[in-house]
Amino acid sequence: MTAPNPNTKTTTRADNARTVRRLLLVVVGMFAFGFALVPLYEVFCDITGFNGRTKNEQAAANQRSIDTSRTINVQFITRINQGMPWEFKPEVRSVRVHPGETKVVQFYAKNLTDHDMVAQAVPSVAPGQAGLYLNKTECFCFNQQPLAAGSETLMPMQFYLDPDIPKHIHTLTLSYTMYDMTAHTQPDVVASLEARPTAE
Amino acid sequence: MSTAAGEMTHHDHHHHAPSGLTRWFFTTNHKEIGSLYLWFSFIMFLVGGSMAMVIRAELFQPGLQLVEPHFFNQMTTVHGLVMVFGAVMPAFVGLANWMIPLMIGAPDMALPRMNNWSFWILPFAFMILLGSLFMEGGGPAFGWTFYAPLSTSYSPDSTALFVFSIHIMGISSIMGAINVIVTVMNMRAPGMTYMKMPMFVWTWLITAFLLIAVMPVLACAATMVLTDKYFGTSFFDAAGGGDPVLFQHIFWFFGHPEVYIMILPSFGIVSAIIPAFSRKKLFGYSSMVYATGAIAGLSFLVWAHHMFTTGMPVGAEIFFMYATMLISIPTGVKVFNWVATMWRGAISFETPMLFAIAFVVLFTIGGFSGLMLAMTPADFQYHDSYFVVAHFHYVLVSGAVFSIMAAAYYWLPKWTGHMYDETLGRWHFWCSLISVNVLFFPMHFVGLAGMPRRIPDYALQFADINKIVSYGAFAFGLSQLIFLWVVIKCARGGERAPMKPWEGAEGLEWTIPSPAPLHTFETPPEVK
Repeated sequence: MTAPNPNTKTTTRADNARTVRRLLLVVVGMFAFGFALVPLYEVFCDITGFNGRTKNEQAAANQRSIDTSRTINVQFITRINQGMPWEFKPEVRSVRVHPGETKVVQFYAKNLTDHDMVAQAVPSVAPGQAGLYLNKTECFCFNQQPLAAGSETLMPMQFYLDPDIPKHIHTLTLSYTMYDMTAHTQPDVVASLEARPTAE
Repeated sequence: MSTAAGEMTHHDHHHHAPSGLTRWFFTTNHKEIGSLYLWFSFIMFLVGGSMAMVIRAELFQPGLQLVEPHFFNQMTTVHGLVMVFGAVMPAFVGLANWMIPLMIGAPDMALPRMNNWSFWILPFAFMILLGSLFMEGGGPAFGWTFYAPLSTSYSPDSTALFVFSIHIMGISSIMGAINVIVTVMNMRAPGMTYMKMPMFVWTWLITAFLLIAVMPVLACAATMVLTDKYFGTSFFDAAGGGDPVLFQHIFWFFGHPEVYIMILPSFGIVSAIIPAFSRKKLFGYSSMVYATGAIAGLSFLVWAHHMFTTGMPVGAEIFFMYATMLISIPTGVKVFNWVATMWRGAISFETPMLFAIAFVVLFTIGGFSGLMLAMTPADFQYHDSYFVVAHFHYVLVSGAVFSIMAAAYYWLPKWTGHMYDETLGRWHFWCSLISVNVLFFPMHFVGLAGMPRRIPDYALQFADINKIVSYGAFAFGLSQLIFLWVVIKCARGGERAPMKPWEGAEGLEWTIPSPAPLHTFETPPEVK
């Protein structure tokens, strides 16, 4: 029996069915929303630079002015994900750059195991806001990196800082974590990647 | 309010009740399902409680005494899961099943067959969860919050079982919530307008909306953990482009409304009991309704206060800090209203009232430590310490669990037709009150001094306080056996309960005989 007007049993049943349908829609909608949070989170972090996200794609090497009045200290940190038997380090720990100026930094990696491996470096920038102004025109982190057993390689990373970078940023830290992707890569992909010449 | 007097005359004919076990398997009666829920939740309370006893026995002395660290982790994890999803939530659903139709003058819940399902899938969920403890590699050991990558890269092989049990619990909760909403919206007796509904019905209606909004999000988080672990996706795996912090966002988007799911029905219970034993009307009924709505709405905007130490930008930390503190305003309105209800009332202190008053005081202490945790800079010290453990046990044990005890004592005469043993009830109350504070209050101090949670060992300087805490824990655990004794004694006999055993109680549930007959309000009562 509904509250506003005492109804017959059949209309109550119809009311109930309608309410249930609506509530089930909410449930399905919230389930979809839960998964939609994944792309929403990506977009949100990309736009705001929260969470130290960097633009992990090739930036255009366009014409730009170099702001020689400012110098920013860019530091490099490298980490190996737990249990990965590689050596991975930057050639220099930090460089001083003017906003707009292009720099190349080499990263050294060595596979200490006796089997071929594929790795992926994932970047993160602190402070998070600075990530929006770090543009990479070339980076080993754009692709997976294969390395044959026991071999070593130098991997280049070319970048410039957007001249619009906020005035209060004097130092920024770029961190790379190297992950073992061998298990996630198909064997034939490993083979074809290895066929490519690696940077020496 | 008055009721149709005729409903008594036809309550036990033409009812082909199956007997024995099948009666309970196939029942669609809201009172029987309510009882099933309540018994189930009490069993789970004892199961989760014995895990807490293992934890406190291990922490009785510094050093590793009784259990392996990995088993200790399983105990903290499964204790949390069992208490949240097995004890507190089913107890509230059981109370809703029993009382909501009686309070709004409906003959039963709107969807009785679904009601049967939503209960009977629960035991299977917990069989799966508890069964996983006995598997090779053990059960879930990553905390009830199952943060990635603990629950993905580093979790035991039984994680799939954990995920499926979470799914089943979620489906059960969603079905229960839909049932409550449909019942409240469509089945109210003539004249029972929304603003005449008892507070318990209101708080449960709002809780049910929270449930259908966030349980699907929990299912998402669990599903993503499942596919990350077993099917090679990278939702939370940085190597594949995912982000472990995303897990915490999704989890706490569920998790924070979840903590209100576990406390709003308590507010409803206390709002029924305090007026009854103060012999006054509830002070500020409509402000109670709006405060409940405000708490529920705000609960969606504060999730990241669980994540202040993940490296959020300062702007976001400030937003979540202030949004969290804002919740103390509607909560304060409620506490004020309860105190104002008691003010100059003719108060008597039967067991339900004792538990309700203890709820108000101790829940408020938990609320205050919550405010301390809400302050971002302070939270960096408190985070993941025993201070947090003390905080949420104050709101969940001396808050939610005490309110469930109060509700049980308050409505036991209606359920069983007998008065419970008041002397034993008071023994239960005073033992619980003292031991719960010995158990949880000192945790604040070790927490502030830097003792981390979820670790089976601790620094020597925490030894004395941990010993006291463990004594409190054993005493609190044993005190609950008094409650079991009271309930069994009351179910088996005792002084016959009148239709309305509490002088100041109000509501339709007191217009039917005690014990409540199997079928009530088949002719709807007229509410004026």
